[in-house]
Amino acid sequence: MIQAAEGKGRYGRFGGQYVPETLMGALTELEEAHERAMKDGTFREELDGYLKDFVGRENPLYFAERLTAVAGGAKIYLKREDLNHTGAHKINNALGQALLAKRMGKRKIVAETGAGQHGVATATACALLGLECVVFMGKEDIRRQELNVFRMQLLGARVEEVDKGAGTLKDAVNEAMRYWVANVGDTHYILGSALGPHPFPKIVRDFQQVIGQETKRQIIEKEGRLPDAVVACIGGGSNAIGMFHPFVDDSGVALFGVEAAGSGLASGQHASAMAEAKEGVLHGAYMYVLQDDDGMIQEAHSISAGLDYPAAGPEHCHLHETGRVTYTAATDAEALEGLKLLSRTEGIIPALESAHAVHFACRLAAELTPEEIVVVCLSGRGDKDMHTVRNVSGGGIV
Amino acid sequence: MKEQALTRILQEKKQAGQQIFVPYMMAGDGGIGALHGRIEFLAAAGADAVEIGIPFSDPSADGEVIQQAGERALSAGTTLRKVLDCLAERSHDIPLIVMTYLNPIIAMGIPHFLGECRRAGVLGLIVPDLPHEERSLLTVEMTGSGIALIPLVSLMSSPERVAMIAEEAEGFIYAVTVNGITGERNSFGSGLGDHLAKLKEASEIPVLAGFGISNPAQVEKFQKLADGVIVGSAVVEAFRTGDLDIIRELAGAGRRRLPQYETFS
Repeated sequence: MIQAAEGKGRYGRFGGQYVPETLMGALTELEEAHERAMKDGTFREELDGYLKDFVGRENPLYFAERLTAVAGGAKIYLKREDLNHTGAHKINNALGQALLAKRMGKRKIVAETGAGQHGVATATACALLGLECVVFMGKEDIRRQELNVFRMQLLGARVEEVDKGAGTLKDAVNEAMRYWVANVGDTHYILGSALGPHPFPKIVRDFQQVIGQETKRQIIEKEGRLPDAVVACIGGGSNAIGMFHPFVDDSGVALFGVEAAGSGLASGQHASAMAEAKEGVLHGAYMYVLQDDDGMIQEAHSISAGLDYPAAGPEHCHLHETGRVTYTAATDAEALEGLKLLSRTEGIIPALESAHAVHFACRLAAELTPEEIVVVCLSGRGDKDMHTVRNVSGGGIV
Repeated sequence: MKEQALTRILQEKKQAGQQIFVPYMMAGDGGIGALHGRIEFLAAAGADAVEIGIPFSDPSADGEVIQQAGERALSAGTTLRKVLDCLAERSHDIPLIVMTYLNPIIAMGIPHFLGECRRAGVLGLIVPDLPHEERSLLTVEMTGSGIALIPLVSLMSSPERVAMIAEEAEGFIYAVTVNGITGERNSFGSGLGDHLAKLKEASEIPVLAGFGISNPAQVEKFQKLADGVIVGSAVVEAFRTGDLDIIRELAGAGRRRLPQYETFS
């Protein structure tokens, strides 16, 4: 075990700034700009205005009555991030960071994307604010999410295909970081998940915690009390940290993070960094990272492109180590089951990412009493996944 | 502070007015069996030290040429452990510097890694994803090891950062000459001469320029501006194609001495 708690941006033993010297100045500039912005009423007002009128917040906390009946236990509520403009929680952060970039005088934006949701959200924010945008996306993800590529291009972004490695999210982050190093003078990197060097995990949390803040207010309005459990899916962990953070000090609320177990944890074909608990450094932060005994980063495997990342963000690693959040995993098959179940019981087709959380929440609810309350972060909608779901269902409806 | 052998050796060359030439090679490219032969070749060609790259799955500071060399090395089964084992089998007269990303070191265990470096006769260490603020991760274990932790300075480093880095620098200062990744460049920024002059002023120990320097003319140009140069991608590519004269030419340019002037210091 490594103790390196001296530097900046630590979550217990995790986090830090393991990046090339070329980026250190930009990270300091970003940290200062972010701190100033968060204390500046004008910035908050501008962001809140866009969140309300452009994104469509606040979005509902919805009681899923028929899903609750099928699960057969606790009441299940869904936090409807899928109803945001662009279809997922990603826009909360993309918009916040794009506004921040504008304040810093940076008119060019680079981003990575896995499923394409963060890429679309970033391209959208850039179109809105008149910023130049380039998005790096893995070859395999481009294949899986072809329409999102078209969407980004329609929004005026340039999409760069990454054919290195397995052509998924990890490779897209590598290329985006290389691009940022080369263009750091006039470009801001909008990282899409609660990952990367400090201050990114904190910035992403700050812009995503609106999810948990609204949920807290809404559940008190509806039930007069806090929930017994909150569930969210985890790739890098941005929707989860946004949902969990406002609840961390409420000890009566159990928190569950659901990683992607792919073909099953025993198969080795999965994306559950917590399950293996091997520590290391990837993309600038000390975290749990899927890797072999020689420290080579391994490819993650998941049916959902958005969870296909071989590490979990540093704050999640810390929350795992302290035991405040319980981390578990759902397989590809379970996620598909969750997707179909929610579609048929509630008329809501969730993103495959969110379907991991739905599946686990149903299992959890079944073990609880009807008086108890479970909230699920429904981080995105499933439109982008129809191609994938149809293919694995053999082209028909199962 | 300056007890490292590498610091002493390179400092002596600098003080003698001799230009320093450090080629980079990817360990395990061409098979681990080629390692010692290539080090000997580089020494005979006139290198002052050899930078030995360790392949990594996610080399985010490297361009195409070194990325692909790393992939070839990984396919051949190269690992950090195997490279250090191999180096320990034979000693070389020329100082050896290991360049590796941080994660393979963590996977090996930091104390174990440093012990194996000593056993292998490694005198210097370059870790591109370990900036000054995070260096205690290694330095707490390195005291008294005799191994120099070589810092990088970039074009983006503020004067305050340069001063902070230079004060604790060991071995030499690796002056990154471009914003970007490793690999051939046709042109460099116009402020580079001033930048390197300021760096040399701030640093007692040699300042070596690297990233993008790929032909003898560029080697000569940067030797006028710095205390020496590092050439990576061009050397890696020459080993791949077998055109070793390219390396001899680079090293020849690298070994040219500056005219000796009497100084009053």
